[in-house]
Amino acid sequence: MSFVSRGFRGRRRESDADPARVPPGQYTTDDFPVLSAGPTPHTPLPEWTFSIVQGDEKKTWTWDEFRALPSETVTVDIHCVTRWSKLDTTWEGVSVDTLLEEADSEAPYILAFCDGGYTTNLPAEDVTGGKAWVAFGYGGEALDPEHGGPARLLVPHLYFWKSAKWLRGLVLREEDEPGFWETYGYHMYGDPWREQRYSGD
Amino acid sequence: MHALDGNAIGGLLLEVFGAEMTTATGTCAHCGAAAQVAELVVYLEAPGTVVRCRSCESVLIVIVDVRGTKCVDLRGAATLQ
Amino acid sequence: MARAAVLGRLTWQVAGVEQVVDETPRVRTIVLDVPDWPGHRAGQHLDIRLTAEDGYRAEREYSIASAPDEPVAITVERLDDGEVSPYLTEELRPGDGLELRGPIGGYFVWDPEDGGPLLLVAGGSGVVPLRAMLRHRQRSGSDAPVRLLYSSRTLGDVIYRRELDQAADGVEVVHTLTREQPPGWTGPARRVDAELLGEFAWPTEDGALAFVCGPTSFVETVAAGLVELGYPPARVKTERFGATGR
Repeated sequence: MSFVSRGFRGRRRESDADPARVPPGQYTTDDFPVLSAGPTPHTPLPEWTFSIVQGDEKKTWTWDEFRALPSETVTVDIHCVTRWSKLDTTWEGVSVDTLLEEADSEAPYILAFCDGGYTTNLPAEDVTGGKAWVAFGYGGEALDPEHGGPARLLVPHLYFWKSAKWLRGLVLREEDEPGFWETYGYHMYGDPWREQRYSGD
Repeated sequence: MHALDGNAIGGLLLEVFGAEMTTATGTCAHCGAAAQVAELVVYLEAPGTVVRCRSCESVLIVIVDVRGTKCVDLRGAATLQ
Repeated sequence: MARAAVLGRLTWQVAGVEQVVDETPRVRTIVLDVPDWPGHRAGQHLDIRLTAEDGYRAEREYSIASAPDEPVAITVERLDDGEVSPYLTEELRPGDGLELRGPIGGYFVWDPEDGGPLLLVAGGSGVVPLRAMLRHRQRSGSDAPVRLLYSSRTLGDVIYRRELDQAADGVEVVHTLTREQPPGWTGPARRVDAELLGEFAWPTEDGALAFVCGPTSFVETVAAGLVELGYPPARVKTERFGATGR
């Protein structure tokens, strides 16, 4: 029986969150922890672009062009593989469906790429059909660089490492290629409801 | 700032390598810079521990705790001794 | 001999809390009784692990505040939004158990045979491992000259103040108070910068060994400043503390 520290509870608080909204192994938090695998990039907006890449073809938006696209505000629950979940987070962003419209692609997989070199992979069907956004606002304000601003991917139905910060584009691919954390042992898909944290789960 | 240095993972490295590693010298596979592990840039607030080169920011070492087992990836380090 | 005792136990063990000492309103020293403690070197740290009843765990590291021949002690600053430090500074009491492993570290350490002169530069709780070095220096009879430049927000935040005021022969302590100074304060009143370093650091030709400890931004400013003065990078040892207390 391992040692228990008398009187220690940790940061978790008694939560009145509906348990049906909290995936297995998670606890809810009011904070918004900042997790990072590297330094926070600071690409000036005049230099920022977002691209959809397919083979040799590339469609690119500047920041102004990106912000001119139709956007929406959504309230979603997010779940980090490090076990915290945050309910009812509000984001403003452009639906990935909007960005993929012109590409008219049947490529089954996506690799998201970001400033600083971070990548993550997803099936195309998990970022379409209203399931994902490129978010530029959080909590009614511009997305903070610490949390991935100017824009990050937002895919709430998967563990939050898939919601890549400092997003610069999506590559449409025929094969599922592991991104940063997937290469180091995390699950290729990452469904919090099936607790798919690590490869092999 | 969330970046620390290799001192912050002395215990983790001791556990993984069975030896005191903060004085070990790592060379970056990307730019060749050599540094003692204690002087490398360490990110602890993540799904894993990420150790980067202070010169070029490339990843040297990643340690992920997979279901209780520490998995170490050293591909970013040309040498570590 | 201390150097041979570096590795210690690789596994977690439960130590007993012997005594707690409030150093400042936010800072507490915890004196431990560690079974089979192999000894430690000045500058090393412990990993501390807290486990809640449901198995939830949090780990942090804290520098050892005591000299190698003294009971093991750590000094912890309570961070307002901390998870571990409020427990250690407010809840933990004598008689409790505390899970730890160590001692850890072979880089940010000083042994008397390393000699001096020593330049110790501390930002806030970064003073803890440097205090262990000072105590070791004194207790070992070393005559290595030391200059300690210690940055705190206010005089009330200075950790080990009385002890530092009574510093031994050959030890010069300079405090800089960055947020508020008492009436009549004649010492420095700003963050450590290149000018302050130029004024208080050992001249480069003295070949001093520097130890810099504190928050990351503090350490980087000071280390860069020392190198700028001409200190060889290999003679400037750094240990960065995080805002989370890690």
